Amino acid sequence: MTATTSPSLFLRNARLLGRMVDVAVADGRIVSVMDAGSGAAPAGAESIDARGMVLFPAFIDAHTHMREPGFEYKEDIASGLAAAAHGGFGAVLCMANTRPVNDDASITRDMIDTARRHWPHGPRLHPIGAATVGLRGTELAPLAELAEAGCVAFSNDGAPVPDTEMFRRCVEYAADQGKVVIDHCEDPYLAKGAHMNEGETSGRIGVKGQPDIGEALHVARDILLADYLKLPIHLAHISCRRSVELIAWAKQRGVPVTAETCPHYLLLTDKELLGYDTKAKVNPPLRTDDDVAALRAAVKSGVIDILATDHAPHAAHEKETPLDEAPNGITGLDTAVALTWGLVREGVLTEADLMRLWATEPGKIFGLPVNGFGVGDPADFFLLDPEEKWVVARETMHSKSLNTPFLGKELVGKVKALWLGGVKVV
Amino acid sequence: MQHAQRPTWPHKDLLDVTQLTRAELFHLLDTAAQFHDINRRPVKKVPTLKGKSVVLFFAEPSTRTKTSFDVAGKRLSADTFSLAKSGSSLSKGESLKDTALTLQAMTPDIIVIRHSSSGAAQFLAERLDCSVVNAGDGWHAHPTQALLDCYSLRQVWGDTFEGRTLLILGDIAHSRVARSNVHLLASLGVKVRLCAPRTLLPAGVHNWPVTIFNRLDDAVQGADAVMCLRLQLERQQAGLLPDLREYAQRFCLSPRHLAMAAPGARVLHPGPMNRGLEISSVLADAPESLILDQVAAGVATRMAILFLLATRTGVEQTADTGGRA
Repeated sequence: MTATTSPSLFLRNARLLGRMVDVAVADGRIVSVMDAGSGAAPAGAESIDARGMVLFPAFIDAHTHMREPGFEYKEDIASGLAAAAHGGFGAVLCMANTRPVNDDASITRDMIDTARRHWPHGPRLHPIGAATVGLRGTELAPLAELAEAGCVAFSNDGAPVPDTEMFRRCVEYAADQGKVVIDHCEDPYLAKGAHMNEGETSGRIGVKGQPDIGEALHVARDILLADYLKLPIHLAHISCRRSVELIAWAKQRGVPVTAETCPHYLLLTDKELLGYDTKAKVNPPLRTDDDVAALRAAVKSGVIDILATDHAPHAAHEKETPLDEAPNGITGLDTAVALTWGLVREGVLTEADLMRLWATEPGKIFGLPVNGFGVGDPADFFLLDPEEKWVVARETMHSKSLNTPFLGKELVGKVKALWLGGVKVV
Repeated sequence: MQHAQRPTWPHKDLLDVTQLTRAELFHLLDTAAQFHDINRRPVKKVPTLKGKSVVLFFAEPSTRTKTSFDVAGKRLSADTFSLAKSGSSLSKGESLKDTALTLQAMTPDIIVIRHSSSGAAQFLAERLDCSVVNAGDGWHAHPTQALLDCYSLRQVWGDTFEGRTLLILGDIAHSRVARSNVHLLASLGVKVRLCAPRTLLPAGVHNWPVTIFNRLDDAVQGADAVMCLRLQLERQQAGLLPDLREYAQRFCLSPRHLAMAAPGARVLHPGPMNRGLEISSVLADAPESLILDQVAAGVATRMAILFLLATRTGVEQTADTGGRA
């Protein structure tokens, strides 16, 4: 996306990776990044004092559910992108489990048009096409047409392909389009009828759980497939230590798999469900302290390549039910930056880790431009107030839905402004 | 019944046995004992809860628990109203929340709920001002069953629970009866054993305060009581068991097993029984069986629960006079 008409900008006194900098922007691109106070503002540039703010490249969320078309009462593209913009995201990939399913180029184009109409300067919406027709897992979707229409990847997320032969063909055909397949790793038999992680908590509260090996089994399947085919597969929302160990093994062998996890898997365990809180019901389910520790180490070391939100909005009435009747899903766009900024404050991650996990690596995996603050890079960045406290609530969230276990919690770190292509979006 | 110093019952709801202190438990059991006496009189009715209304909201099939609550309420002169799932708007797709709010708008004092979802009773209790009694939620809890089982055992054991051995036999994984009983009896110092095929044990059971057995012959050695659980026939269809004959051969409690238990060992079953599947027919009818005592204890215990919840505001009332206030 070009922004040749955007005004030039001079951002002063921002903290970038611990260094105080001034950033000059023109024609939607970075012109220079210099030590604060070391140069004058370009003539005619709008000058902004960013003192006290932390500067980040705009983040990419590689895994969301925008719910449009079909489920606009949960979220629509306009509201989802509002949450993204206020959450620090400049690009959002959205899954195909809409109604109708995004298995047709006309739907892809319509999604992209809708996004541009509401948010002409971004955040940019990058649809993920269905890997199989209707997400039914039996026939290949027209991946070439979908890619031409703008799909940046393919996935059967929400309805994982149990048939390994079918899944193999998806990976091969997607590779011909230069696209990666994203797999929601879940053994459908082990996960059948489950509402949470299988373990001490599920046993105690009398709810059917799914064991972590259900995820790990399909992680192993995909690793073997990627190794055999020498083709990339991206593993969505990894939730447990067993999967992490398999991915580490694969990477040592040079298998072309990449993996993501989500903030909630780095912060919460299945104990959230002791009181049957449907807001903490998500698939894959929240696991244990040991899994949280393994995932934290994995995002730090790079075994897990990227973070994504798996933003999955649901209407209040859908979640206000007994646990076994509630749909899976947690919203994430509004809270992701603050939650992972919390991990920086805790000393688990650094600012550089957040840039890698939320921008550089997702950009690489999905072929999207990323601002590395080099000359000529896209002027996509946001300012974070690193100390601002805010409470997750209706008034502070932009998503239509409030189904997050962090609802009512106080977080630290607030996105104050986002520029995309040098244009101030929020 | 004269309890001028009786402490006010502190709980709005009865959701699980874990919420009760030891003192509250014995107060409840003592109260039940007094109601038990009433149930043995020629005129089995007291005016204690006259003007109070109790809704029996059973969203899952139940005969004995529902009847037991109904009898308990009526013997206390409460008005009881039944709502079954098949006859309710729940079967027309109404949400549990809306059904509950609708019921509440009719201003009952107590709603007794049976529901197939674990946590359903808590879901109601969090949203309603009236008292909620959990009459069984999914696989989670069945506190009134555990309390009546405790009452029945107390009739045999007296107040000496510490050091007794109770074997719970059968489908533990899907049993709210087992979960509540393990909590309650282990907290009283009972040595609880579980015996089931591994496919019917819950996740994480090794961290429960129990000893686990897979062979009934080992599990029953020296036990002071054996509680058989109903085997739901759908467990076989779900692939958790090969066939019912094989299950019965290995896990059906028979007089041969009871001979290996402690002298004077008793047999319990929450009902309804599958004779010949989890308990031999002979044993069900034997003098060691407490099964019908459990039914009688159920009415008395549920009377005590309804009484304590309905009068918890501290109004001085007694079971005999129906209240002086």
